[in-house]
Amino acid sequence: MFDYNFHWRAAFKALPDMLGGAWVTFETAALSMILGVLIALALTFMRQGNIRVLRGFAATWISIARNTPSLFQIYILYFGLGSFGLHVSSWAALLAGITINNAGYLAENFRGGLKAVPDTQLRAARSLGMSAPQAYRLIVIPQLLRIVFYPLTNQMVWAVLMTSLGVVVGLNNDLTGITQDYNSKTFRTFEFFAIAAVLYYLIAKLIVVVARLLSWRLFRY
Amino acid sequence: MIEIDNVHKSFGELEVIKGVSLSVNKGEVVSIIGGSGSGKSTLLMCINGLESIKSGSIRVDGTEVHARDTDINKLRQKIGIVFQQWNAFPHLTVLENVMLAPRTVLGKSKAEAEALAVKQLTHVGLADKLKVFPGKLSGGQQQRMAIARALAMSPDYMLFDEATSALDPQLVGEVLDTMRMLAEDGMTMILVTHEIRFARDVSDRVAFFRNGLVHEIGTPDQVIGNPQRAETADFLKSVS
Amino acid sequence: MMITSFTWNDLLFMLDGAKVTILLTLAAMLIGTLAGVVFGLLRALLPVLSLPLAWVLDVFRSVPLLIQFVLFNSLKSIMGLNWSAFTVACVVLGIYVSAYCSEIVRSGVLSVPPNLRRASRSLGLSYWKDLRHIVLPMAMRVAFPGWLNLVLSVMKDTSLVMWIGIVELLRASQTIVTRIQEPLLVLCIAGLIYYVMSLVVARLGARLETRWQEND
Repeated sequence: MFDYNFHWRAAFKALPDMLGGAWVTFETAALSMILGVLIALALTFMRQGNIRVLRGFAATWISIARNTPSLFQIYILYFGLGSFGLHVSSWAALLAGITINNAGYLAENFRGGLKAVPDTQLRAARSLGMSAPQAYRLIVIPQLLRIVFYPLTNQMVWAVLMTSLGVVVGLNNDLTGITQDYNSKTFRTFEFFAIAAVLYYLIAKLIVVVARLLSWRLFRY
Repeated sequence: MIEIDNVHKSFGELEVIKGVSLSVNKGEVVSIIGGSGSGKSTLLMCINGLESIKSGSIRVDGTEVHARDTDINKLRQKIGIVFQQWNAFPHLTVLENVMLAPRTVLGKSKAEAEALAVKQLTHVGLADKLKVFPGKLSGGQQQRMAIARALAMSPDYMLFDEATSALDPQLVGEVLDTMRMLAEDGMTMILVTHEIRFARDVSDRVAFFRNGLVHEIGTPDQVIGNPQRAETADFLKSVS
Repeated sequence: MMITSFTWNDLLFMLDGAKVTILLTLAAMLIGTLAGVVFGLLRALLPVLSLPLAWVLDVFRSVPLLIQFVLFNSLKSIMGLNWSAFTVACVVLGIYVSAYCSEIVRSGVLSVPPNLRRASRSLGLSYWKDLRHIVLPMAMRVAFPGWLNLVLSVMKDTSLVMWIGIVELLRASQTIVTRIQEPLLVLCIAGLIYYVMSLVVARLGARLETRWQEND
């Protein structure tokens, strides 16, 4: 059945390069998560707020982020901005695309999380004399964090997996990009991509384990 | 008859039934009273096999409930049980709730099952709520539906596990009335209840449970009117 | 006066691509949901025995879909199978969906209060009858929003099949862009089509959900 000679040696020799790519992958995903969380927080408060324009803006952002494919979003940033004379690198387009997507989904998670923190908590905090920003910062957001921690972890894993799309717009220094490089040079598609798959799996599992340890330390109550 | 013979039951390390023996004859109404955690509800669950027993035996009409080769589904057709939390099936109408078991277990046709269900629901006073979903009914109405649902299987025995404890006070009466009607019709019933007055009214015998054992048992006048053991008297005083 | 070189034919070409997107989504959801229900039930009812299954499915959720496509495509060539790229895409997406669907079904089944199962067993219903008439209908209602999200998610993930040579909506758009060099316009139209497809699915789902809600 297998009329094919597996050349694992060559693939394993590429491991150091691929690990380097894995690191770029992780960095990109982490960056997109940090930015995504910040933007999502902003979007959440825009949606709760009283300024109609901001509410509409936030709703539109979230709607577009959730109803169109990520690859499409990356595409439109890479090619679309180009027609305005703005030349974005593949990496920037990838990062922006994933971040926009992250922000959209995370904003939805935050909204659900906020609903789950009873507003009696806010009332109690204000009754003690705290100002609104203080109350949010010290009471609401910590509780919110615990509720959304699991979805946040999932989103981080998703972001790591999504970075693989960079290769479609020419990114060549993340894990998939490097794998594809080797692939086009040697045509040993299966071997190289199989190793890449294992590396992605390990990264995903690592994130989940670290998250579990973190949550155990952070949320000991 | 139901014969409970020296039954022991534990949850892990904790023994909750420590050697209970009780016989209930056809047509009898036996009430079981006692504090929470005394094992009363667990005993009921052992009678229809929802809970297992560690040792002893429970025989319903001669069939050992906990024997390995007993067809438990067949046995459960003879024993109806009403739970504290009625457990209505939320995705079925009141009528469908009552029709389900006769159709799928007894194999009755749709028309037969429907007629049967309508009869039982009318008997408990829910004739006008047939096509309604349980979520729209009050607790008392849902509990009465649960009674009709159990009755639709034509059981020989009815078990009531604190059937009114979860109801608002003003709804308790309608359910007790339904239970009283059943007792007067001659149904064999075992009630676990906190309603001492009701127990005194309808029961043939009352058993006071304490610490996993039958502490005192006799006629209502004996146990409730003139308790022989100090603990029984204390308990009755604490709930009156 | 020509403001754009985008022709009617181009739109039709894109709509053809959209058709492929929809077909792939349907195939994936069909295979994936059937398998997912079986796996989910196994996971919910036999949690310890089905642990190996859980590990295997977890792999499909932890490796990028793009890589799964490439791997499977090359595996097919290695094994000498004569499958079209479309078939490969359906298989990969089907397995991918089943991995997520199994989790959704599992949590749906586990969400049915055990008291309700007690009630139905007390009425004499056997294990399987209870499953069929009580647990599954209730689990379905709980699982529906998650499942609908999965549909929307898969519809977007189909855009990745361009990498193994299938011409779906995004690839079609790309082809047109290469020809007329108006990326923003073409991609906006593509985005609009995606958006509309997404809204239709979401709307149908919401309608089904409210029909269930007003009953329960």
